Amino acid sequence: MSKAKALVIRTAGTNCDVETAHAFRLAGAFADVMHINSLIKNKSAMKKFNILAIPGGFSYGDDIASGKILANEMKHSLKNELSEFVSRGKLVIGICNGFQVLVKMGLLPLFTKDELFAPKVTLTLNDAGHYIDRWIYLKKDPVKNLCVWTKQLPEIIYLPIAHAEGKFVPQSSEVLKKLRANGQIVFRYSDEAGNEGAYPVNPNGSVDNIAGICDSTGRILGMMPHPERHIFFTQHPRWQRCVKKGKETGIGLQIFRNAVQFVNKA
Amino acid sequence: MLTFRIEIGNKKNFPDPRSGNLLKDIKDIGINGVKHVDIVDVFTLTGDVTAKKAKDVARTLLADSVSQECRVYPCALRDKRFAQKNTVEIASNPGVMDPVRDSVIKAMNDMGIVGVSVTTSKKYIFAGRFNAGTSRNVADKLLYNKLIQHIVTHSETAENAAQYDFSYTEVPVITLDDPGLSKLSYDARLYLSLAEMKVIRKHYKTIGRNPSDCELETIAQTWSEHCKHKTMLGDILFDGKLVRKLLKNTVMKATIELKKPWCISVFKDNAGIIEFDDKHNVCFKVETHNHPSALEPYGGAGTGIGGVIRDTLGTGLGAKPIANTDVFCFGFPDAPNAKIPKGALHPKRVMKGVVSGVRDYGNKMGIPTVNGAVYFDERYTGNPLVYCGNIGIMPKACSFKKVSSGDLIVAVGGRTGRDGIHGATFSSSELTHESETISATAVQIGDPITEKKVLDTLLKARDLGLYDAVTDCGAGGFSSAVGEMGEETGAEVYLEKAPLKYEGLKPWEIWVSEAQERMVLAVKPKKLKKLLSIFESENVEAVVIGKFTRDKKLKLFYKKHKVADLDMEFLHGGLPGVVRKAIWKNRHEDPRIATPVRTNYNTDLARILASWNISSKEWIIRQYDHEVQAGSVLKPLVGAENDGPSDAAVIRPVLTSNKGIVISNGINPRYGDIDPYWMAASVIEEAIRQIIAVGGDPDKIAILDNFCWGSTENPVELGKLVRASQACYDFGKAFGTPFISGKDSLNNEFNTGKGVVAIPSTLLISAIAVIDDVRKTISMDVKEPGNLIYVLGKTFQELGGSQYNLVNGLSGGVVPRVNAKVSAQLMRKLSVAIRKGLVVSCHDISDGGFAVSAAEMFFAGGYGADIDLGKLPRDRSVKRDDVVLFSESNGRFIAEVPAGKKEEFEKALRGVHLGFVGKVRKDKKMLVKGLGGKTVVNADIDKLKYSWQNTIRKVMHE
Repeated sequence: MSKAKALVIRTAGTNCDVETAHAFRLAGAFADVMHINSLIKNKSAMKKFNILAIPGGFSYGDDIASGKILANEMKHSLKNELSEFVSRGKLVIGICNGFQVLVKMGLLPLFTKDELFAPKVTLTLNDAGHYIDRWIYLKKDPVKNLCVWTKQLPEIIYLPIAHAEGKFVPQSSEVLKKLRANGQIVFRYSDEAGNEGAYPVNPNGSVDNIAGICDSTGRILGMMPHPERHIFFTQHPRWQRCVKKGKETGIGLQIFRNAVQFVNKA
Repeated sequence: MLTFRIEIGNKKNFPDPRSGNLLKDIKDIGINGVKHVDIVDVFTLTGDVTAKKAKDVARTLLADSVSQECRVYPCALRDKRFAQKNTVEIASNPGVMDPVRDSVIKAMNDMGIVGVSVTTSKKYIFAGRFNAGTSRNVADKLLYNKLIQHIVTHSETAENAAQYDFSYTEVPVITLDDPGLSKLSYDARLYLSLAEMKVIRKHYKTIGRNPSDCELETIAQTWSEHCKHKTMLGDILFDGKLVRKLLKNTVMKATIELKKPWCISVFKDNAGIIEFDDKHNVCFKVETHNHPSALEPYGGAGTGIGGVIRDTLGTGLGAKPIANTDVFCFGFPDAPNAKIPKGALHPKRVMKGVVSGVRDYGNKMGIPTVNGAVYFDERYTGNPLVYCGNIGIMPKACSFKKVSSGDLIVAVGGRTGRDGIHGATFSSSELTHESETISATAVQIGDPITEKKVLDTLLKARDLGLYDAVTDCGAGGFSSAVGEMGEETGAEVYLEKAPLKYEGLKPWEIWVSEAQERMVLAVKPKKLKKLLSIFESENVEAVVIGKFTRDKKLKLFYKKHKVADLDMEFLHGGLPGVVRKAIWKNRHEDPRIATPVRTNYNTDLARILASWNISSKEWIIRQYDHEVQAGSVLKPLVGAENDGPSDAAVIRPVLTSNKGIVISNGINPRYGDIDPYWMAASVIEEAIRQIIAVGGDPDKIAILDNFCWGSTENPVELGKLVRASQACYDFGKAFGTPFISGKDSLNNEFNTGKGVVAIPSTLLISAIAVIDDVRKTISMDVKEPGNLIYVLGKTFQELGGSQYNLVNGLSGGVVPRVNAKVSAQLMRKLSVAIRKGLVVSCHDISDGGFAVSAAEMFFAGGYGADIDLGKLPRDRSVKRDDVVLFSESNGRFIAEVPAGKKEEFEKALRGVHLGFVGKVRKDKKMLVKGLGGKTVVNADIDKLKYSWQNTIRKVMHE
């Protein structure tokens, strides 16, 4: 019996909750989807879980800025519970809108524990100025392999992005240096061979081609691409061309499996 | 009370892509001096707020600390900041939906700040060398639409609208003479005919009183063309022969006669329902939102998609929306400004607005937009078409609804405002250069997040069995929703109970407002408490506004005053039937070809690929989320570089099952210019063909009809409609493909003030098919060098309405026919071959003909091919290379077969017209040998692809 219990949070405008929970279940976790109102009413419910997921979507319409209002709400209403969740070494993932929530809340990059709720990076409007849905290659940061969510993953993976505000920008060059030095840059946009490049290889103009980062412990991951959209081989845009018979899962599922394995080993 | 103004802009050296895009648009309208634009988001906070709090809100909530900076000012009424040179500030008009405002209030509440009202606006600061009127000129042309927005000239704060003092208003009708009735219908924007007004006069004479304003408005909404489909459901004298109930005796008759057991509910509910698997049914509906999109493309298209999603939510006991499909018809986006008639927006602005409206609403609803099409013709300039479709899935037991007397009427979702008043009647009239002034309230901005919340909670309540019936508030608002639900029972409504966006609405305005994002439920009193708690738990407003009775009367009250008392029977059955006249004259189709014979058709092929109708729509497709809900199997763009045009979309709506749904569409208005009968036949076949091409089963296809026509008051236009409807019967029946739902929009004309431009008669056929195993579907891109290329189906000399004629500036020619018997047999065999795994790619041949379909297959797959035109099955009359290359004969496919499967494939296709026409090459050359043995096309597929991709990209600067 798996010990992994994932809480998928949803609110007005969340729209990837069902498939994110499905991905956790396929990976062997118990997964529950809970509305933010219920969670705020019953804050201690968070204690039952060891994985927290903020899925993709348009929380509160992405009014003001993507993820901003949910970040504001969680920061004000669940501050202690979030601090405790993180300090106990539990796992957090924010995908797309969830990543936006995590950076705007200041749960990432979290260089040290004291920096909780202090935003240091942002995700802003794509260089194209609008929403883009396309598949991209991601290159794992080769140096430290710090992130528990990506431990068992090939160097290059293929996932879709679907966002308007995914351009990663650090507050300063110091912040970027620190992210690099700590090995917190989990994914960079690249081509199939691992070469970095301009649009469309880097689909949104992210600084240093950054597509995903983790905190300094490797337990909190935020990423713009959608791993839950590549858990079946039929989601691959060219499965009729290049997916080998018998390979029934997509590479994105491994990210959820890594988390489940980590929890079960702990 | 204090007011603070907060201005938020990007930090210096932090580029704003919005600004760069705007500069390109400014250049496009011929203004060259503007070098830079700063875009500033402005908020005002009014109420219980201090400077410290305002700064806190600005810094931690409204501004992004990494990328933006903010300024906070106490606000004076006549602020000098509004008079700044080269600055324009745009805000929404009072009463127009502003979701951001509500979100800011919610977020401030989370911070512990309450009792503060908010306004939002956007400020544009222009820099460069230009004359004084430039910024205003840019604003007028690009930045705002006066129907919903205005230029801010002084400090604005959230205002409270005036209260409404009730008075009963009677409309004198019984004493009016005929001209008086016509005048009343026009002045009050009832858009009722004199015959209809006379029936109303007679009815009220009988009961001995005049109607109230509420009653008259209710009748006008209910009897509008938009709601009652008077033409399609009526009798028509067609060339002297009486056609009774056009729709019932054509489109619907095919369905009835076909008796498919998997058709669960057709032409009854908000959408047609077919069986999916043992546990689920799926429903499909396509709507149009043309007139609102003409006036305000963003809002019109957004509320169009919002409306059709509510159709899904309101089908049976509610279905979960799982896919969107959108088809648009526009004028040419590169048309010179001088050619745009007064009162019409430029097609490029229309296209950008429509695409972003559908994008924002569809994406925010979390529904993948999986399929679509765009068609361009000059005649759509003043009256674009916006078709929005939605597919839903529901548990089988939730497929039907039943209202009972005693059920409470519960309104759920958005609040009611003055927006959208007279949408139903407005859409039933022609557009004119003055529409923007007289129909402003018919235009709205949607709020997808409110609708998403309704979706989430409604389906929860459905699964708990908390209501008996549901329908959406669409055209006609409560009037239609309650009127239809209570047709068999009767209903009482207390209008003051409806939650309002602001005070001051008259009872009739509440009743007919088409404010968005509202649903109406019928609820047993004992289930009310539980139901309301479900909605409340996710901040969705739900209020009892009345009850269903048993007296078959519609009674409306406002604060205990009775404002309407109508017999349901008169309301729904009183509409007088009219017999309309329709004529059709066969046009002579001249088979001669006016283009000269050429030795080489490279240029023609490249020009067709680059033409507006054929060219890649990737710029649009990539702005839509086509993968949310994780069921995507065959995406709109396929091939080696994910950019080839897929024939149909395939989705897998149940994550634990490999059963799927295939979705396609057929549209070709240019054929209708020659003969609407063959247009209808062709687009029905096209929609079916595309389903077959990806591996669908011909026995499991259902289709939807969607007619957009000019004024059917004109017997010639109506004649075309009859002709197209007759083809729907003939070919729906012949292909064994039932219609399950449909829609018509019949006054698509634009009056320029100098003359009327009718749109081309446009029939959209949308198809849906259930497929047993999505893993057996195939895509259209060629897969491997050495594979064999086959053409299935015979080519005839049918260049009428073709893209080849279009790029050569020719009209005339013979329009493609459909031989359903031959075609159906071919498709059945091909479908089996695909499911057996004998075919690795397949593309249907349609617009542009064989050469275009083949080029698309090759450049999508990244390999060229050798082709011999002489091997294509063809009619004896076909003797020219250009006919074989570009004729658009129906019933044809191109299939790629691995060499090792040759025999098995040919055996499976025995008895159909089949030609082994060539092989896939290793390199990028497309080499086509003509009928005379000489090479007639010799092209590089990457170059062809570039031509195909560059058209929209160039105009949109991407």
